[in-house]
Amino acid sequence: MNKLLLLMLVTTKVFAGEPSPERQSALRNMLKHDCGACHGLTLKGGLGPALLPEALAGKPDDFLVSTILNGRKGTAMPPWQQFISHDEAIWLIEILRKP
Amino acid sequence: MTKILSILALFFSINAMAELRATGDLGIVIEREDGNALIFNTTEHKRLAKIEKLGDLSHASVVFSRDQRYAYIFGRDGGLTKIDMLKDAIDKRIIQAGNSIGGAISQDGKLIAVSNYTPGGIKVFSSDTLELVADIPSNYGEGLRSKVVGLVDAPGQRFIFSLFDAGEIWMADFKNTKAPVIKKFPNIGKQPYDALMSPDGHYYIAGLFGEPGLALLDLWNTDAGVKRILPEYGKEDEKLPVYKMPHLEGWAVAGDYLFAPAIGQHKVLVINKNTWELVEAIPVAGQPVFVMARPDARQVWVNFAFPDNNQLQIIDVKDLSLRKTLSPGKAVLHMEFTPRGEQVWVAVRDDNQLVVYDTETLQEVTRLPANKPNGIFFSSRAHKIGL
Repeated sequence: MNKLLLLMLVTTKVFAGEPSPERQSALRNMLKHDCGACHGLTLKGGLGPALLPEALAGKPDDFLVSTILNGRKGTAMPPWQQFISHDEAIWLIEILRKP
Repeated sequence: MTKILSILALFFSINAMAELRATGDLGIVIEREDGNALIFNTTEHKRLAKIEKLGDLSHASVVFSRDQRYAYIFGRDGGLTKIDMLKDAIDKRIIQAGNSIGGAISQDGKLIAVSNYTPGGIKVFSSDTLELVADIPSNYGEGLRSKVVGLVDAPGQRFIFSLFDAGEIWMADFKNTKAPVIKKFPNIGKQPYDALMSPDGHYYIAGLFGEPGLALLDLWNTDAGVKRILPEYGKEDEKLPVYKMPHLEGWAVAGDYLFAPAIGQHKVLVINKNTWELVEAIPVAGQPVFVMARPDARQVWVNFAFPDNNQLQIIDVKDLSLRKTLSPGKAVLHMEFTPRGEQVWVAVRDDNQLVVYDTETLQEVTRLPANKPNGIFFSSRAHKIGL
């Protein structure tokens, strides 16, 4: 089982590409409106913190991926893993880091 | 040139006479992405105007002057815009903070208060000129400022609001505008996320995100302090993820019942407002966001957080049963009843539509275009306490 998981992980990693154009547009819409519900439409923050490039600078990808997928206990940030894959989280973070 | 101007002026004055406008049945619809406010005649389902360039309206709310001529729009980016609904134009506009969440109009209609996240606190302005009247920073702990939520007007020329980070409720008495008196209620519970005022101005209730229950302030007896309602509710249950914070605007009260969204549970709570005990927890389609009673309180309409935000459910208050589930479209964000409740307008963000329902038959009456609509606010709010 562990081997299989490892294999799957490696496979995903190797074949992970950008999300399809349709998916990208769905993710952008999600970012703007659903993430934006707490982080602001312009991502400069609301009930949740700002997600602008300068706010994310210094925060490693792993930390951000884990925050998106698993949420943050004790805060209002919920886990999104049911709706966003690991690769899509990485793609979103790339977008967020671009000024 | 002067001639053209005078002809133009004549044309406009004739035009204005031809279209005398009453404002008691107008509605403002916010287009969140474009930063526009649409003015509708809600009786005729007719769009009258589009007011543009209002900034970031991703979490906008609106209050109305008591003469129902002006709408005050509170933007996410700290923008406060006064719109003249007779002239379809911006009367005044200021940027009063960096990040805001909502606002309220005072009992006498002369003050506008805005609740801010950054810098945390409330600011109070003249409703006439939008000049600053008071600045109340939400200081707590050592040099901290809390985000402010759940700002409402209360009888006695007061504003009441909650401090999300501090877990406090503050009451600001503006009878003397120059020297407002602030009473603070600390330790009301962790992370109040929003609050509501009962339509009779008797109770202020804040919902808690950080721990179970709600915080209740009885305005007829503020010396008794803030009391916790349902402190044990859901304590043992696993909390489901909340993909959008519920809103408590619009007190859903029917007879002896108060209806409120559960947090982290797909349920609507029915609370007895004499004993403040739980009567029932009605299972619904998702995390409730708005739980709103039809003005006659026979029905309670509920919308939901992502990913269940394509639905609306209607609870029959007569026997607390689910009467119907509607699917208006993708991303149902907000609803607003007509003053006496025969229709309800629903904002469907991702379908770029407003859907109007007949609340008796639950059939669609019409669909109206609006680009990414979120809030819908009817001018009948002008005469309601807490709205």
